[in-house]
Amino acid sequence: MYRKIMVPVDLGHVERLGKALKTAADLARHYDVPLIYVGVGAATPGSLAHNPQEFERKMNAFADEQSKTYDIAQATSIACISHDPSVDLDATLLKAVEDTGADLVVMASHVPGLAEHLFASNAGYVAMHAKASVFVVR
Amino acid sequence: MAPQPKLGPTGDADIIETDYEIGQDNIQAKLGPFGLDIHNPVFMISGLVIVAFVFLTLAFQDSAGPMFNAMRAWLTSNFDWFFLSAGNVFVILCLVLLVSPLGKVRLGGKDAKPDYTYTGWFAMLFAAGMGIGLMFYGVSEPISHFSTSMGGTSVENGVRTDWAPLGAAAGDAEAARALGMAATIFHWALHPWAIYAIVALALALFSFNKGLPLTIRSIFYPIFGERVWGWTGHVIDTLAVFATLFGLATSLGFGAEQANAGLEFLFGWSVSDGSKVFLILAITAVALISVVAGLDAGVKRLSEINMVLAALLLLFVILVGPTTEVIAGFFASLGAYVQNLLPLSNPVGREDANFSQGWTSFYWAWWISWSPFVGMFIARVSRGRTVREFIFCVLLIPSLVCVMWMSAFGGVAISQIVNDGYQAVADASLELKLFVMLEQLPLHTITSFIGIVLVIVFFVTSSDSGSLVIDTITAGGKVDAPLPQRVFWCVFEGLVAIALLLGGGLGALQAMSVSTGFPFAIVLLLACVSIVKGLLNEPR
Repeated sequence: MYRKIMVPVDLGHVERLGKALKTAADLARHYDVPLIYVGVGAATPGSLAHNPQEFERKMNAFADEQSKTYDIAQATSIACISHDPSVDLDATLLKAVEDTGADLVVMASHVPGLAEHLFASNAGYVAMHAKASVFVVR
Repeated sequence: MAPQPKLGPTGDADIIETDYEIGQDNIQAKLGPFGLDIHNPVFMISGLVIVAFVFLTLAFQDSAGPMFNAMRAWLTSNFDWFFLSAGNVFVILCLVLLVSPLGKVRLGGKDAKPDYTYTGWFAMLFAAGMGIGLMFYGVSEPISHFSTSMGGTSVENGVRTDWAPLGAAAGDAEAARALGMAATIFHWALHPWAIYAIVALALALFSFNKGLPLTIRSIFYPIFGERVWGWTGHVIDTLAVFATLFGLATSLGFGAEQANAGLEFLFGWSVSDGSKVFLILAITAVALISVVAGLDAGVKRLSEINMVLAALLLLFVILVGPTTEVIAGFFASLGAYVQNLLPLSNPVGREDANFSQGWTSFYWAWWISWSPFVGMFIARVSRGRTVREFIFCVLLIPSLVCVMWMSAFGGVAISQIVNDGYQAVADASLELKLFVMLEQLPLHTITSFIGIVLVIVFFVTSSDSGSLVIDTITAGGKVDAPLPQRVFWCVFEGLVAIALLLGGGLGALQAMSVSTGFPFAIVLLLACVSIVKGLLNEPR
């Protein structure tokens, strides 16, 4: 039914994404499709990583760890670099949906720290604008 | 665990090992519906110090103005040798880096790709740092230096009382024109851009290549080591926020006065506090939309619009004005600049004290006080360029554009005075000179309209990029702080401008912010050492 599942993650708040991550893993196993974790960061040094390459390594490590924890056959990751993540997060995620060719997005309704902006809810935005199906985990 | 290989940002680079984690001093809190992620204590101290200065200046208006002005004048006239020498050091270091093997180092690591195209990058360089000045001084400064040079020198009690540069050119219109253009270009070409380039290069290097947070304190890591994360760094960052906010707010306040005068001249708008406050609110509102739209959709797009408009206006003045004369003037001005560069930049034993202290030294303090803001903004958009490309595009090309701009606007105005005997342009007040000059050219209603739009949009592009910079510094170098924070700084800047405009105190606090040029000149000289140290450790 699905070919590829994309899961946006905020490495700074992984502990609060548990339900979404488990849901995504269950679906990936059920349909036996690859899972792709997407993180968004800036090119400037931040609290998660000092540079894009370190961010990429951390995303890869995260995907490996998820694949072991939930016994997922194919788990990969992408580290997207945004010029202005406070603003461009939604647009970057939408582009990632297209670039990865995912046809299902599983995301937490509120990714804390990133979504607490003026016009909040990233999941709402992605659900409204993405062509893929979006599973918002509350 | 085995140590991680020393992988640079993208490809090899020499990352600095430090236990400091970016954001470790930050407070993350919720304020009503808004999330906050602010550096403790830089955010609070900067905010409180700024509010305190505004209140004190308004409360002690009679003494604040003279005091800050005296301090500014004391610094720029007693330390003229220091400002001029520092300026020369920055230019020389940039030129040396341009030709040395260190020029091969790439900002962001060996394999980094540029974040922005040349046009986007270039538009943002200009819009943040200089655009507004070119609008106001493009006509007026060449005329000033031309007139004082024509007036020749006058000496009282063995001291020169005239304001002419160098030895003046009494009565000789051609020589006075050359000297006037050379002196103007001197203040707008290599030296100011070298000041910006040094700050920007240092920040880009220590952030993108060394992995330190994008705040001013990071430049000092090679000198102060881990202490930069403590009070040494807090003071440096707070001073940068202070200089940036007051620099922006006071020029916004003065800019509103000047734009109001222009609108009165063109469209008969009334000059009143109401109109000025309206202009500040309008500029702040557009800047707000721009920062909320973000770096790419807001700041960059506005800068590009601005660049196109400015290019059109420049092209128009060249084509409709005396074209061949302007083009010949470009080469003549460039020649005069090169010829007078050494005497003009000589820091000691000057006879033209009024000029070298009142103009040059003041300008250097002014550019330097703006450099934390402009430099940090340039750094943020320069990732992926080599040091050589960087110097070429941040120092040489903008300098040439300034020569072109000054030759066109100043050159046409001087010709109007010399050839046509058009005195109005010389007599007009500073903010009106551009429009009075344009009035003599065809289609002046259209060009004047473009002129006033440019003035206003250049204020917007300084204001939005300034808010981004202050937001990043007060978030401890994080560029992904919640949106309400940059909204706060943008609005705060507008409010400070309005308070100072209505309460009086624009001049006082502008003098105060120019005075920060003195400590920052020391900061920049140390940055030169850091840059060389930092570049030497980078793989080339």
